Amino acid sequence: MHLRHLSVVDFRSYTSAELPLEPGVTTLVGLNGQGKTNLVEAIGYLASLSSHRVATDAPLVRFGATQAVIRGAVVRDGRETMVELEIAPGRANRARLNRSPLTRPRDVLGSLRTVLFAPEDLALVKGDPADRRRFLDELLVARQPRWAGVRADYDKVLRQRGALLKSAAPVLRRGGRRAARPAHVEGVDTASERESALHTLDVWDSHLAQVGSQLLYARLRLLRDLGPYLGKAYEEVSAGQSDTRVAYRSSLREETAGRIAAGEVPEVGELHDEVLASLAEVRGAEVERGVCLVGPHRDDVVLSLGDLPAKGYASHGESWSFALGLKLAAFQLLRHDLGDDPVLVLDDVFAELDTGRRERLAAMVADCEQVLVTAAVPADVPDTLMGRRYAVTLGSVTEVA
Amino acid sequence: MYEGAVQDLIDELGRLPGVGPKSAQRIAFHLLQADPADVERLAHALTEVKLKVRFCEVCFNVAEADRCRVCLDPRRDLHAICVVEEPKDVVAIERTREFRGRYHVLGGAISPIDGIGPDDLRVRELLTRLGDGTVTEVIIATDPNLEGEATASYLSRMLRDFGLRVTRLASGLPVGGDLEYADEVTLGRAFEGRRLIDV
Repeated sequence: MHLRHLSVVDFRSYTSAELPLEPGVTTLVGLNGQGKTNLVEAIGYLASLSSHRVATDAPLVRFGATQAVIRGAVVRDGRETMVELEIAPGRANRARLNRSPLTRPRDVLGSLRTVLFAPEDLALVKGDPADRRRFLDELLVARQPRWAGVRADYDKVLRQRGALLKSAAPVLRRGGRRAARPAHVEGVDTASERESALHTLDVWDSHLAQVGSQLLYARLRLLRDLGPYLGKAYEEVSAGQSDTRVAYRSSLREETAGRIAAGEVPEVGELHDEVLASLAEVRGAEVERGVCLVGPHRDDVVLSLGDLPAKGYASHGESWSFALGLKLAAFQLLRHDLGDDPVLVLDDVFAELDTGRRERLAAMVADCEQVLVTAAVPADVPDTLMGRRYAVTLGSVTEVA
Repeated sequence: MYEGAVQDLIDELGRLPGVGPKSAQRIAFHLLQADPADVERLAHALTEVKLKVRFCEVCFNVAEADRCRVCLDPRRDLHAICVVEEPKDVVAIERTREFRGRYHVLGGAISPIDGIGPDDLRVRELLTRLGDGTVTEVIIATDPNLEGEATASYLSRMLRDFGLRVTRLASGLPVGGDLEYADEVTLGRAFEGRRLIDV
């Protein structure tokens, strides 16, 4: 698929901007702070309903405006779809598909697929586990939009269970201590309160296991499918230097966590039982600390180069290439899965790579249906990848002949 | 801000569910201009509802006497109890005329975020009702959302040892609807709960 046209209104630094696009390579060139990334951010938002730069929507709306609008004309197999989003902080976003409003903006997911690589993605290698979990989950949704619903359900279960652990922890702890005293000292109310808190916790455990095991299973399968593409992509970018490994670090019991780290993907039913068993094991600690300690929200993906973990050991350039490898692997995975190319966006990528890696990356993406590149220094972008060029200056976009 | 009494009325109206500040203002000025007799009737209805309406001592549905209409009706089947979250759910099920048993209104659903646990619901009262062995089936009809499901699984755990038939309302496709408009979760549930066709 490719974008034929992008227009934004009151988005970031833009009052309004129109950007006609074509299949093939388009390069946005401009000095720092002129608004190149804002445009690719808008494209990313249209595809994923979230920004790769900020967690809240407020900074996306131009200062002084009440709402921002992003509009994209997406062409797939010769058919054009108009995707529109209205972003209004503090209110629900509104989405329209071919001018008809959708009841849930979530339904817009899948109309435009992108793989966006930006400097922030360095966090995939150097950052917190949350960054890697988000990468996996967002790729899951891009592959099958139905996972957006499962993710949302899991978050809801977590919030409810977390609230319960916080509020019930004093009751549970007190009950535990009082049990040691003579029976007549322990109030009947405390005992029954404790029992009902435990029963309620059991209920949320079973919901967490049910939704959590589905999410976990989906992530493991995704990682298994992604692995081969990652190896190939990293090798191509770095010209055959050390091999990449990805292992899922699960918060489940040691034995199962070990099997998962070794690359095994247990069935959903088994994972469900394992989550329950692991929850039972850590219940004491959970009650003590008042936090959910087991589940996909505590997991991580360990990335390594050769025998060493990438985090902490890899050089800046290696980390950069690893993150790039992950994104390119995601691109390949989506391409093979859906039989259609997502739009590839490379935001400020070339400045950080050596000449050899630049050339190889350019060669790798040459056959993609549509590639959007941003660069502050045009000379950083290999000549083979220049394509159509736009100059971005202070929130206005003009084509460079 | 308006003069004392008007602003008080707007504030009070604004606390009602579904009424924002703008609507509250509109209703307040409508009342100011309305016929005194009309306003009197509304005020009377408001006081009456608090004075007269109570909760049924058996099922906790709204009632005007000690017991609600359903619990007083001798034709109702004493062997089945349908557990719902709110009195308005009783009305919804009554409209179907499908169910001839009696009800039990919990008064909400388990939601730790809102500070509602099983002890804040009328669960203990339900267990007491089941004590004498008359009831043989409990139908759990809580809402099919996360909190309602949690309440349903909590209840089914509590009822496990009573030797009752415990059932849960089915989830699935709406009657008269189109398959293509169903969301994935509903359609997924419908698949899970599919039935053999008797020929």
